[in-house]
Amino acid sequence: MSQTADVRLPSLLTAATPQRMIALVVVLAIALFGIPAILSTFWMKIMFEMAAYSLVTLGLGLLVGRVGIYSLCQIPLVAAGAWFSLRVHFLFDESVPFPILLLITGVLTGVLGIIIGLPALRLSGLYLALVTLMAAGAITLLLVSVKFPNGGGGFWGFDTRSASGFNSVPRPGIATGDIAFYRYTVVVVALMFLLAAWHIAGKPGRAWASLRQAEVTAISAGVNTTLYKLWAFALSAAIAGVAGGIIAAGNGVTTNQFPVEQSILLLAVVLLGGAYSLWGAIVAAFFLRVFPQLLDKQLGLPVELLTVLFGVGVLFTLMLQPKGVVQDLTNLGRLIGVKTGMIKPPVAPVVASAAVETAPVAEQVPS
Amino acid sequence: MISISSLTVRFGGVVPIDDLNLTLDVGVNGLIGPNGAGKTTFFNVLTGFVKPVQGTVTAFGDDLLAMPHFRRIRWGLRRTFQTEQAVAELTVLENVLTVLEHSGGAKSSRRRDVVDAVEFVGLGDSLQRPVGALGAAERRLVEVARAVVGSPRLVLLDEPAAGLPDEETAALAQVIKEIPARTGALTILVDHDMALVNETCAHVAVLDFGHIIASGPTADVLNDARVMAAYLGEDIDV
Repeated sequence: MSQTADVRLPSLLTAATPQRMIALVVVLAIALFGIPAILSTFWMKIMFEMAAYSLVTLGLGLLVGRVGIYSLCQIPLVAAGAWFSLRVHFLFDESVPFPILLLITGVLTGVLGIIIGLPALRLSGLYLALVTLMAAGAITLLLVSVKFPNGGGGFWGFDTRSASGFNSVPRPGIATGDIAFYRYTVVVVALMFLLAAWHIAGKPGRAWASLRQAEVTAISAGVNTTLYKLWAFALSAAIAGVAGGIIAAGNGVTTNQFPVEQSILLLAVVLLGGAYSLWGAIVAAFFLRVFPQLLDKQLGLPVELLTVLFGVGVLFTLMLQPKGVVQDLTNLGRLIGVKTGMIKPPVAPVVASAAVETAPVAEQVPS
Repeated sequence: MISISSLTVRFGGVVPIDDLNLTLDVGVNGLIGPNGAGKTTFFNVLTGFVKPVQGTVTAFGDDLLAMPHFRRIRWGLRRTFQTEQAVAELTVLENVLTVLEHSGGAKSSRRRDVVDAVEFVGLGDSLQRPVGALGAAERRLVEVARAVVGSPRLVLLDEPAAGLPDEETAALAQVIKEIPARTGALTILVDHDMALVNETCAHVAVLDFGHIIASGPTADVLNDARVMAAYLGEDIDV
């Protein structure tokens, strides 16, 4: 073995290369200070939504890109997260600190995610996607029926006498203003992305990679496939739940705010943005929340055009760039870096001998 | 030692393994037979992918069939596949580490154990390379490294030389021969390459239509008339 070989075991620390750390700091600086300095109130509201929904796309990206599971229940899980945050808020007489509220919301939504993930132990592919879509329909119907808690009694916590159709959780004391709460959201989003990165770089990430390649691969490595599939569903749902809690505090929620069909659109943008990269979740959130506004406000085009555009985008992504738009952006960044001398040109990879792969099966006994 | 008794597998009306009885000792044991003889099904039973309708498998005194599949890996079962299954998106190191961390290897010695296993198969310079960037022979060796890492007790190699040229197969044979000495594991090799079987296995069992038709020292078995008939067919009068 060469003396310079890196024999460190992979972890979040080994994954934190200087390039990644610089990219993280730059993105955080732009999000925390650059964007609030230049955008109007309207666009700040849109950026808040993008930040919150980047958690939703992150959760689905984990399932699709890391484990190979297609779920169509992510948007109702956001609604469930909002419901849990409101219910816990009123249950404890509005005394639970916001970070604790988000933590409880994440745990409760994670448990709901495990329940939704149970069919994944028996189903996969299109069948599992259909079952999760049915679960999404059930959650949405239930929500329309019971509505978001508004301080009423009983299990559902809804009082018809004080119904307004709109509910919200109070923002934390340190971030009551719109820009302050946007920054607070960016910090929570960064923490959630770190949580996801920690999973991916560690034991769960390797188990999920094995599962994504083939279930037999995972089993032959000793992976408890039941545990790690449900773990993925729990983590994905917990992250969506936290997004729900943030949205409940940021803009407030109404019962018709989380339609089931948006889960399909969400899957499309996750594939378009790049399901195999954490940065892809941010690109996907841009497509989901900012792009429609650009289409409407800047170009004057109907928002309904989005479905067609996303459809074409997904088609081209699957055909030409399975790693999504984020990979194109990465390639573009590298190209600019090389051209400007900031990055060294990549060394040509050693190509495995084609002769090995296409070698005739010598002296094999025929069947 | 592994002892298989009255093992029977049914897929509807098909019986790929029919009342199989076999005892194997520590060392490299060959399991050969024509396609469809039941060799991979036998491996699938040991791994936990297929549930037999009857029979027992006692390995080193433990009832293997009573364990869930992931517990078998912790117990010390390792497996490679006809179509190699090393995870393409992970590095060589991560591939081997995945098996070790899910098979209960001691945390304190993980790095050393992984590096040792990778060096054992001769891929020490490729630790951080993604498996997807490796050639077919190297990917086969990654699977072998996954099989020998930690404390394996029963190593199942399912056609590890399939698709490899002679020189790569010869190198693989040297690695396979050293597995029992390095790990103390009972190794079962399924392969159609008789040169590889002859080179690596002290004992061979022959499976045909779910039955063991011969078992014993390799040279004796390979010259057995029933074995030659099973592989090459029997002359019949037309």
